[in-house]
Amino acid sequence: MNLTRARVRRPWRLAAEASALLIAVLVAFPLYWMVLSAFKPAGEIASDRPRPWTLSPSLDSFRRVFGQQEFGRYFLNSLLVAGAVVVASALIAFLAATAVTRFRFRFRTTLLIMFLVAQMVPVEALTIPLFFLMRDFGQLNTLGALILPHLAFSLPFAIWMLRGFVKAVPEALEEAAHVDGASRTRFLWQILFPLVFPGLVATSVFSFISAWNDFLFAKSFIISDTSQSTLPMALLVFYKPDDPDWGGVMAASTVMTIPVLVFFVLVQRRLVSGLGGAVKD
Amino acid sequence: MTAPATPVAADRPPVRAARGGAVHGTPRRRGGRATPWIYLAPALVVLGGLLVYPVYQLGLISFLEYTQAQVSGGEPTTFQGLGNYATLFRDEEFWRVLLATLLFAAACVLGTLAVGCALAVLLTRVRALPRLALMLAGLGAWATPAVTGSTVWLLLFDADFGPVNRVLGLGDHSWTYGRYSAFLFVLLEVVWCSFPFVMVTVYAGIRAVPAEVLEAAALDGASPWRVWRSVLAPMLRPILVVVTIQSVIWDFKVFTQIYVMTGGGGIAGQNLVLNVYAYQKAFASSQYSLGAAIGVVMLLILLAVTLVYLRLLRRQGEEL
Repeated sequence: MNLTRARVRRPWRLAAEASALLIAVLVAFPLYWMVLSAFKPAGEIASDRPRPWTLSPSLDSFRRVFGQQEFGRYFLNSLLVAGAVVVASALIAFLAATAVTRFRFRFRTTLLIMFLVAQMVPVEALTIPLFFLMRDFGQLNTLGALILPHLAFSLPFAIWMLRGFVKAVPEALEEAAHVDGASRTRFLWQILFPLVFPGLVATSVFSFISAWNDFLFAKSFIISDTSQSTLPMALLVFYKPDDPDWGGVMAASTVMTIPVLVFFVLVQRRLVSGLGGAVKD
Repeated sequence: MTAPATPVAADRPPVRAARGGAVHGTPRRRGGRATPWIYLAPALVVLGGLLVYPVYQLGLISFLEYTQAQVSGGEPTTFQGLGNYATLFRDEEFWRVLLATLLFAAACVLGTLAVGCALAVLLTRVRALPRLALMLAGLGAWATPAVTGSTVWLLLFDADFGPVNRVLGLGDHSWTYGRYSAFLFVLLEVVWCSFPFVMVTVYAGIRAVPAEVLEAAALDGASPWRVWRSVLAPMLRPILVVVTIQSVIWDFKVFTQIYVMTGGGGIAGQNLVLNVYAYQKAFASSQYSLGAAIGVVMLLILLAVTLVYLRLLRRQGEEL
């Protein structure tokens, strides 16, 4: 590819680089504006001459957000839900992916197609039956009502994506482990699991995001007990359509976005290779 | 399907295939038939209970009379047959929402793919620093939760305090007032947060194309557009299929953005899409069975998309 690049004429490359940088700035701008508005003092946000900088950053909006009822609790709830979904779906998907890639058995292809079809099921359409299901099991207003559905919805994609990673581990390794007298369980957890771990991390980005971002389930299943609420709901407390508290909304948004950003930056490399692997596989 | 001689055997080490053939359908010496099912059990239990069963229930509810009275147990549920669907299909609003959903999703998919692919190609033509900048910006947009993305865009395009109207000199034009401008507004946000997935994936795919192929094309004096159309696009076909289908699925189900940005479906429901429509019917007006019927319609449309996808996969000779 280097040769190709050398052949691209200089002015063209410079133009390409300039536009790449410009687009990067445009794409990042909403995030910049979010953080900026979170730090702006109230008077500057509600100004019809918005400036792209602030000379007197203030923490007022953040104070308001954390002073809001039980914001820390919502944050913790969100973390709990996302964490539980990530861990559980990683483990369950790992086992299932191993089963469908390392074994030949009846209905294997059927199952794979079903996992694929399951990915297409619109989560939102199932809100109604899930609502009744949660009610019947007394799970309404509990975090379980958020964890369980998200677990179910993140599994098919996770299994589908992990297949590539499990496949990539050479069969010879299993033979060797067997010859050395390792039991199947031992091979599974002590050899296969660590090798597939990078893939698990890439996969968990998707489970994390879907659980962390969840808005619909929180809105529908956590109806009366606000102590079980999660961040997206807390954020909307500040957003009243007629008179939104923009500073508060932006501060809460910043707080809500940061964990995902951190998570993304940490797994970025694996994500790119993981996507490549899952797609080419 | 019991025979191990699937096409899969081809890319496996010979040892494996030979042994598989020797043991008649159970490729493993130890453990036996039950092992894969034991590994699959947790996944199947979760999916069965929280996906398959709710789908079944969704179908069931759509055939019943199910409103607040039945939910609270005040009245028995009655079987309606196709009554709910008849009500739905007679409702002009439903067709309007369905059409809006299809067009909106199509526009989102096209926008996302165009921007994602163009930027993926751009990424391959720049040096490390601009590439990193664009990649990080993209990851940032991708990572932004739908709710926060929606509120930030609302602020950016706010009629009074937003910078966009100032820069474009639109005065106090309200983006959410008109039907089309509201859809366009949401579309921009959706494209913003979903193009990075396409960009990153397609970029990873382009990087996997052998350099010689591109060099040969460049030596032959092919224009960038020609290189894309005649060399990259065919080689990237499997990846393009995946990102297209994935985008269709995501964009067809947009909920949060519409709900937050247009305040639950826009003025007089002008910006409703099926998802939000079903939600409003079920939870705002307690017509659970109508909401369920809308859900079934969505499910069927996405099922059709899936079937197309499976056919495409099969035509590529891809193994499952």
